[in-house]
Parts: sequence; structure tokens; C-alpha cells
Amino acid sequence: MSETPRRDQARLVKRLLGPAGPELSCEECFEQLDRYVELELAGADAGAAIPGMGAHLEGCSACDEDHRSLRALVEAEGTSSPQTDA
Amino acid sequence: MSERSEARVPGPDSESRAWLLSLRAPGPRREEASRRLRDLLLRAARFEINRRRGSHPHLRGGDLDDLAHQAANDALLAILGKLDGYRGESRFTTWAYKFALLEAAVKVRRRAWQGREVPLEPEHWSVIAGREDSPAREAESHELLDSIGAAIETELTAHQREVLVAVALNDVPIDVLAERLNTTRGALYKTIHDARKKLRSHLADAGLGFEAVLEPTRVTES
Repeated sequence: MSETPRRDQARLVKRLLGPAGPELSCEECFEQLDRYVELELAGADAGAAIPGMGAHLEGCSACDEDHRSLRALVEAEGTSSPQTDA
Repeated sequence: MSERSEARVPGPDSESRAWLLSLRAPGPRREEASRRLRDLLLRAARFEINRRRGSHPHLRGGDLDDLAHQAANDALLAILGKLDGYRGESRFTTWAYKFALLEAAVKVRRRAWQGREVPLEPEHWSVIAGREDSPAREAESHELLDSIGAAIETELTAHQREVLVAVALNDVPIDVLAERLNTTRGALYKTIHDARKKLRSHLADAGLGFEAVLEPTRVTES
């Protein structure tokens, strides 16, 4: 085990039992992901705006990876806006 | 699993509206906007693949760039088919990026598991049961993990057990398992959610508290 036994056991219990309370489905998570990330990056309370999102990201590692990636990409883009032909 | 917030949101910003107008325009204007959008999606797909490159050192650069192009193409198709689903709650590009990131991530996970057997049985049960070698093991965690292991065997259906063991115990990516079982990530996560609910209920009925094991460390998934 790479971490302390207790921390490792807690991680395992968490993976097996998942988050407490209501959570979004994977489909609902994907639907809300862009809004959630922009709220986070704006410093807003994204969790309060989209209840159940935080719990789902805690319980679904695949959706959490998507969340981290989108956040990192948008953050990396900073305030630069993509070109349009407007 | 829960109701979404009905908080007021503004409509699309001017750049997002421009994207929508261009992508809905007839003829060359739409083609040109689609080309520019595909360029953005390819950039997003490459961003995602580069983030995962370190976790999959056996995947070659050429293969990965092929995956990026496939992801960009698939994302573009998905986006053009779902333009009416964009509600302007974020910038259009943020909305579009998530399709490319998802396509790229799923393709990388599936490529990494190509040809590998997916362990569905609790053959790695020793992960839970074989922890007696840890000198720091605490009686509380010991009892809880043993009880979870027993409940997985007795309380879950065969399908719930297979899916939970594969994803939560054997670290099989949920998208890979979904492909092998010919289903979706969402359907499998629902199975996991229901299995976890059963386990929590069983532990509560047995008077076994698990919050004490979780709370002090506040573990987050990496």
C-alpha cells in the first residue's frame, strides 16, 4: 500500500460505499458540467447552484476526470476568446 | 437522482450567439464555422490526450493523434446534432469542449484496455480480505471492511456485484466495462449507485457506522 493503511482503507470504503446523499446521474452531470465549471472558475458556489453535482463527482471517477479536464482546459484558455465570424 | 437547480441563468453571450448563427447558417458559412469548430475540438482532444499520456506510456504518439482526430470528428457530429440542446448557460466553446474531452477520454481508456480481460469476479477480494498484514490496521476498519465484503456477497445481485467489484475494486474504467457489457456509463453508474445504497442500508441496519472511517481522512479520488 502506498499510503497509510488507515487512509488506504478509508479510500476503499469510500469507493465501495460512495457518497452520501442525493447525487446527479452521469447524464445529468454531463448536461451541467460546462455550467458547473464556469461557476467554479468565476468563484461562485457551484455546488449550491447545482445540487448533487459535487456528490456525483465524488462517486464517479470517470465524470470527475471529465470535470477536472474541462476545468483545466477552460482555465488554461484564460480569458482568451475563440474566434468567431461575428 | 436529484432535481436540478432552477436558478436564473443569462442567455448566450455575443460570441456564443455568433457560433450558433454560423453553425445554423446555410452553405459555405456553416461549412467554415464547422471547420473552425473542429479545429477547436481537435485542440481540446489533444489537450485531454496529453493529460493522459503519462498514464498510458505504451500508447504511441501516432496512435494517440489518430485518437484525437477521431474524438474531434465524433464530437463535431454530436455537437451539430445537439445544437438545440445548448441553452447558453456557459460559453458555447465550454459547452462544446466537454464533448471533445469526453470522446477523447473514452477512446484513450478503451484503447488502453484493448485486448485485456476485464475482471468481473471478486478474484481480487484479497484487496479487502487480505489486510491482516498491516500492523496499523484498526479493529474498527477491520470490522467494517469485513462487513462490506460479506454484504457484497449476500446483499447484491450478481450484476450489481460484478459491476461494483470491477469498477470500485478492480479499477476497470466504467466506459471500458460499458463497452464490454454493451451498455452505457450512465446505466452502469446507476447499478453502482443502487448497490452502494443497499450496502449502506445493510450496514446501518447492522449498526455499523462508516462515517467515522471516512470523515477523519477526507479522502479524495485522484
